[in-house]
Amino acid sequence: MTKTLRIGSGAAWWGDRVEPAALNAERGELDYLCFETMAEATVSAAQVRMRRDPGFPGYDTYLDDRMRAVLPACMRNGTRIVSNQGWVNPVAAAKRIVELLQELGIHGVKVAAVGGSLITERVLGLADTILETGAPTAGLASTLISAEAYQGAEPIVEALRSGARIVVTGRVADPSIFMAPMMFEFGWDPLDHAKLGAGNGIGHLMECGAQVTGGYFSDPGFKDVPEPWNFGFPIAEVEANGDVVITKVAGTGGAVTLRTVKEQMLYEVHDPANYITPDAVVDFTSARLEQVGPDRVRVTGLTGKPRTPTLKVSIGCTEGYIGEDMFFYAGPGALRRAQLAKKVLEERFRIVRLDAEDLRIDFLGLNAIHGDATPADAPEPYEIAVRVAARTRTREEAVKVGREVDGMAVSGIAHTGKRVPHQDRFREVIGVWSALVPRECITPTVDYFES
Amino acid sequence: MKVLLQHVAHARSGDKGNTSNIAVFAYEPEFYPLLKAQLTAERFKAFYRGAIQGEVVRHEVDNIEALNFVCQGALGGGVSRSLCLDNYGKALSAAVLGFELEVPEALASRLHGRHLL
Repeated sequence: MTKTLRIGSGAAWWGDRVEPAALNAERGELDYLCFETMAEATVSAAQVRMRRDPGFPGYDTYLDDRMRAVLPACMRNGTRIVSNQGWVNPVAAAKRIVELLQELGIHGVKVAAVGGSLITERVLGLADTILETGAPTAGLASTLISAEAYQGAEPIVEALRSGARIVVTGRVADPSIFMAPMMFEFGWDPLDHAKLGAGNGIGHLMECGAQVTGGYFSDPGFKDVPEPWNFGFPIAEVEANGDVVITKVAGTGGAVTLRTVKEQMLYEVHDPANYITPDAVVDFTSARLEQVGPDRVRVTGLTGKPRTPTLKVSIGCTEGYIGEDMFFYAGPGALRRAQLAKKVLEERFRIVRLDAEDLRIDFLGLNAIHGDATPADAPEPYEIAVRVAARTRTREEAVKVGREVDGMAVSGIAHTGKRVPHQDRFREVIGVWSALVPRECITPTVDYFES
Repeated sequence: MKVLLQHVAHARSGDKGNTSNIAVFAYEPEFYPLLKAQLTAERFKAFYRGAIQGEVVRHEVDNIEALNFVCQGALGGGVSRSLCLDNYGKALSAAVLGFELEVPEALASRLHGRHLL
């Protein structure tokens, strides 16, 4: 295949906007529209929800919204869809997509579900060591919720080769969602690490959607972009040799510039010469960037190294609770009152014997975000929120945070502003750990359905 | 002349577990050697004080004139365990914009956001 492949982004995370996906479907002239909707803790959170709510189908809660917004244009324009909205139940997601297609009167479309990532029952036998701590995974046995391996692009390619127009997956590495169409269309070999490295490098530029088209970027006076309320999601124009132009639909807000592309290139990357993905180890350090037109950045020279013998596994565990709440001060002396309020809370937590693994009492407006990195000479703000949070083993301890903030209403100090509690002020913590498993222990599944 | 880093470079942070990577990008190629010489891993870690608990490793990314600081123990135990309101540390990259850098007078006209100097 010698043509240029056009791959568009439809989502960068679960909560992402839907309109830019619809716009890419309508006006992106796309061969593929790809959706990334899973964060590190998504699977564990979905497992917890499934336990409590048997009606929860286990896939992206916005599946209907997203698919209704893009299916008519994609099917009309011959755009295929690759999406990880399957979460813990890609088969159910595929069946739901078939129903949505039928509702729209679209028949004869093959939909594939890619699974095989979930290894909760096997993980402690397959993986010995927690990467972050070096401790044995066996210590997680009593708190384990879910474990899933990050699969690569190959099972998606298999589904495309079998004629699927829509592929919905469980856990797959984010860049691989975007690279699979390149592998399939250009016939790249699964062991061609240079091409797959380039492809997953492009996938990495695309996986965070608007973060390469001006999102998470504007800094007034320094880095301004047009209409930062109206971003287009990115489109990659990929050539068979792994070169690419990153662009977006004309007339949308934001910008594609050397600066937006550079920032995204290193986003969540550690060693830029060795960015490990299931398909290849990406090397960004040989990339060359060139602005070749308005909102068009050409990236050449991306490459890769052979894939590792292991796949990464995310392991979600219950790890207790976080209790949190806040209250407010303003006007002259706001900081002095906030400091006294902090002292009051510290004493109260001693009196009620709060048993916390970690406790923070911050002054939002002064040091709640940067903490210890706040400059010592930071100016005193006119308004301050006192924000208190504790991580505890039990729910009973976490509840104490909100209860003690309640006490600040009539037993606090002068000019305390407070909300009436209208929601739970504690939440469950799902801790996420990583480990490695031999890649041959993960067997992908591909199931097909038709509208 | 001493200027804040925000006139010389832009930055973005990302999360992986309890590690934050804070990447710093020279606005102009001639600023990159200044960053390399002055924004060392040691100074970076000292600038963030207790907000970075662990080791800081600096990767020089010459092809895009950027420094990538990989900061362990910067996210309160990780996104889901963190007690920080900004549990992803998406705003962490903004702090380094306040780092003071010595810039030759000859480059003054190349500084960004000059009206905010």
